[in-house]
Amino acid sequence: MTILPASTNKKLGLVIDLDTCVGCHACVINCKEWNTSGYGTALSDQDPYGANPTGAWLNRIHTFEVTPMAHQSKPKGQGVGEVIGTAGEARVVHFPKSCLHCEDAPCVTVCPTGASYKREEDGIVLVDEDKCIGCGLCAWSCAYGAREMDQAAGVMKKCTLCVDRIYNEELDEIDREPACVRTCPAGARHFGDFADPNSNVSVLVKERGGFDLMPEQGTKPVNKYLPPRARTDLGAGAGFAMPVENTDEAGGLLGWIDRALSGSTRSKGAN
Amino acid sequence: MHPALSVIAFTTFSGAGYGLAFVLALGHGNPGALSTKIAWFVALAMIAGGLLSSTLHLGNPQRAWRAVSQWRTSWLSREGVMAILTFVPLTLLAAMSIFGDSFSLALGYIGAIMCVITVYCTAMIYGSLRTIPQWCTPWTAACYLAFALTSGTLIYLAFFGREAGTSSNNAWVYLAVVFLVVTWLIKYFWTRNAQAVGYGDSTMESATGLGEIGKVRLLERPHAMGNYLTNEFAFRVARKHLSKMGGIVVLLGVALPILLLLLSLLVGNGFAGFLQVLATISLMAGLFVERWLFFAVAKHAVGLYYGGEEALVPAK
Repeated sequence: MTILPASTNKKLGLVIDLDTCVGCHACVINCKEWNTSGYGTALSDQDPYGANPTGAWLNRIHTFEVTPMAHQSKPKGQGVGEVIGTAGEARVVHFPKSCLHCEDAPCVTVCPTGASYKREEDGIVLVDEDKCIGCGLCAWSCAYGAREMDQAAGVMKKCTLCVDRIYNEELDEIDREPACVRTCPAGARHFGDFADPNSNVSVLVKERGGFDLMPEQGTKPVNKYLPPRARTDLGAGAGFAMPVENTDEAGGLLGWIDRALSGSTRSKGAN
Repeated sequence: MHPALSVIAFTTFSGAGYGLAFVLALGHGNPGALSTKIAWFVALAMIAGGLLSSTLHLGNPQRAWRAVSQWRTSWLSREGVMAILTFVPLTLLAAMSIFGDSFSLALGYIGAIMCVITVYCTAMIYGSLRTIPQWCTPWTAACYLAFALTSGTLIYLAFFGREAGTSSNNAWVYLAVVFLVVTWLIKYFWTRNAQAVGYGDSTMESATGLGEIGKVRLLERPHAMGNYLTNEFAFRVARKHLSKMGGIVVLLGVALPILLLLLSLLVGNGFAGFLQVLATISLMAGLFVERWLFFAVAKHAVGLYYGGEEALVPAK
């Protein structure tokens, strides 16, 4: 049914820390590995070993360069010398992107067959592959590029928030979280319930200023992103450059070497 | 957006079919005349052919029947429902004309209104997508409705070439020219809006949430090769092709049809009909290119994750 639930009991989703992510793509690979043999048909690849390999992936990492503007180099409330970046000096941000399980998910309402739906119990957005006709309209309606057509099965693929892991009692409790979260070596991905204000993810969002992607699209994403942390301005260290060592005492061979290496910077009269 | 041939064919042909059916359903054309009977058949064939062609781009067309179930939220579903329902009055009217030489104005009005609603639903599939601001405007529905009416009117005209030179035919020619001018004016406003709006309110900064820090640029794409998203959404027409295609649209869709129609008023009977057929063919060819551009120039928000204005051309 493509009518969205008025509210969901839980709001399961991810917090992705753009400060911690190192762009190693481990989450991308583990996502593909788990989901190609999990929920629904396999995640197919086309021409995987050929000259032009493509395939369906549910999680991809983009890498952006962000160049701070002059007036933004020292945000309010930060310590002396601590900035989000130096004006004109680019920062690199690795940017993992998967389905945001939006509260107001347009991909659900545009679906003509009822294959796309949002679960009332936990808010996860899923595709019933047996009902999907592969028209692609849900992917058109998603601003985040979270949905990809499987070219072999002809059905739409998307992140399931590893619905077949998180409730799976066959797995050890530590593994009952999405594959991308479980595998992240940097701890940049966090999984939890946003409906609970005291959950790990709610606290992270509160403390670190978590934000929505493209709020202007009106989709109310559940997943949140944490901004890169402030860091010490490299330029601010220039005032503490190591002072030139006093070699006034040096004499003999060492004195001669010192004079030769120092050139004109050392006053001969001091000897 | 990637211009899929099946969707271009669907929207142009079924649109023209509904336009022709609209004109016929309003009672134009003698129901007993052979040309009216053929026109009814052609209208239904164009609608059915267009709908069939639209199923070609589906991953699992055998399940297409499911698409009528979600009419409460989905414009695509509404379009499917309306297309099927509209076949009822249109098929009845066509059968009345073909087998009984008769016509019912009441049924005609119902059919005509349903034609308008169906074309509106088709347009809203595109016009309701917030991810594509160039489409997400009332001008899109206006364009689809106007193109359907104008192409339907010209096809209607093409069927009555033997009446060329009569005052009734002349009136239709004038009407067609007015429709052409108004339709392309609407398209002009659509284009002006599309050029101005671009990605709309969304930017690479809002897409990444990094705008608080500064200016965002794509450093590296997720994978070296293209993917479904870049193939589908990051389609980019080379600027030289864009202006060339625009020129073809103006020539085939606007200039030639108007010129040929006006010329048909000046020449003798038989040749005038021929010119009107040529004008119709030219318009349809122009519409095909126009529809290709409708998709090709549209920028999807996903492009912002792939470089925005510099979104790369998909790998072939």
